[in-house]
Amino acid sequence: MTAPFEPDRGYELNPAVALRPEPFGALAYHFGNRRLSFLKAPELVELVRGLGSHRCVSDALAIVPEARRDVYLRALASLAAADMIVPQTAESEGA
Amino acid sequence: MTTASCQTAPAERVPALVEQFKGGLAAPICLTWEWTYACNLSCTHCLSSSGRRDPGELTTAEMRSVIDELRAMQVFYVNVGGGEPTVRPDFWELLDYAVANQVGVKFSTNGLRLDAGRAQRLAATDYVDVQVSLDGASREINDAVRGDGSYSMALRAMENLAEAGFANFKISVVMTRHNVPQLDDFAALADRFGAQLRITRLRPSGRGADVWPELHPTDQQQREIYSWLTDHGDRVLTGDSFFHLNALGGSPLPGLNLCGAGRVVCLIDPVGDVYACPFAIHDAFKAGTVRAPGGFAQVWRSAPLFAELRTETSGGACRSCSEYSVCQGGCMAAKFFTGLPLDGPDPECVKGYGASALPAVGGGLPRSGTDHSHRSREVPLGMPSVRVPAKLCDFSPLAGT
Repeated sequence: MTAPFEPDRGYELNPAVALRPEPFGALAYHFGNRRLSFLKAPELVELVRGLGSHRCVSDALAIVPEARRDVYLRALASLAAADMIVPQTAESEGA
Repeated sequence: MTTASCQTAPAERVPALVEQFKGGLAAPICLTWEWTYACNLSCTHCLSSSGRRDPGELTTAEMRSVIDELRAMQVFYVNVGGGEPTVRPDFWELLDYAVANQVGVKFSTNGLRLDAGRAQRLAATDYVDVQVSLDGASREINDAVRGDGSYSMALRAMENLAEAGFANFKISVVMTRHNVPQLDDFAALADRFGAQLRITRLRPSGRGADVWPELHPTDQQQREIYSWLTDHGDRVLTGDSFFHLNALGGSPLPGLNLCGAGRVVCLIDPVGDVYACPFAIHDAFKAGTVRAPGGFAQVWRSAPLFAELRTETSGGACRSCSEYSVCQGGCMAAKFFTGLPLDGPDPECVKGYGASALPAVGGGLPRSGTDHSHRSREVPLGMPSVRVPAKLCDFSPLAGT
């Protein structure tokens, strides 16, 4: 199963996942396990799309107002549990 | 859990999501696309009154261009049905084309074409799911609804799929008065084949209108379905079709629990007409056609009917009911085809409001807009009745091919 979510690591959108923009945010579809998830805020969508360009999740969260960081951290943890976001590979870290 | 079907339980739960869905999405999540009205069977409850092929059905080229459009709209998967979709000569070609374009396909079949070789090919194809229809866990109960030989055909298809290693295919059951007592048997059958059980609600749509009064589950059986789903719901798919039962208890069934018609759900029929829901093949719910300029996207985004369905419904007489927030007034199609007002109770309302309203409904119920039923006559030759086809090609769409 999926490894535990570690905010000190870098994550990125799973390449097997597509994001479809929706009025509420986005619908995430995982082509591998055929699961749907809903990203229920445009801010969260932006965060997820940008995740890969940050060294770690905590850095990525810097764009979010402090008061909401815990909420988004939990949202990211559940996306990681659903395999929607995955730890950056050595290759992507180097890129 | 969430799967690529009409089960849309979100990974994280925020009540506002259902409110968002009421306003409609950029593209459907649960798109049913019927590829042909032709069918080798004549199930008594067929929701699309299928049987004969429509001469105007979408051509291969038109089908491909709809797939292109679905890809562009990011419709990640479609539920393909019919009729029996596999009787289209281009079925496998279109299936491959859809999958190659990242439009996953879950297709419903009575098992007709699923021989051992085909099952192996399907098992090796990523992004395809198969749903075999079966309406009885025993031959007698199934064949009474789906026709002689249909039980054997479905079982053979399931054996082939299981043998080919196709894990987790679906066994799809429409719940009737006769098969509710078989719920555990269906689950055992699914386990035997490494399949997943899917149960859905019988709607009075298509030919279903003719048999609904005798076949729909009794009040007691509705309670049995609800409690069975509460116990087994995590392993069983329902296409979110039993949300009207939520009024029975404290724990809502998993799923969206909202009429998704025109909001997250719609139907493209074999001739390209777009309806709000697969159970509502009637002009009143026709939003447009994929053949018009602008195609499917234009219909989904701009059809006046869909705009209307995406507004808050008044709830009518149901609004004052204590259970309205969980049942949402039930199924639009079930109300429509039984002659009940759309803002009134569902005919199977668990509080009994639908049943008490039904006797007041006059004759002349609305009928589905299209009827492709085989033109056969029921000839009473003692028991069982024998269907005599008017022409050989009416009996089987395969005749002459």
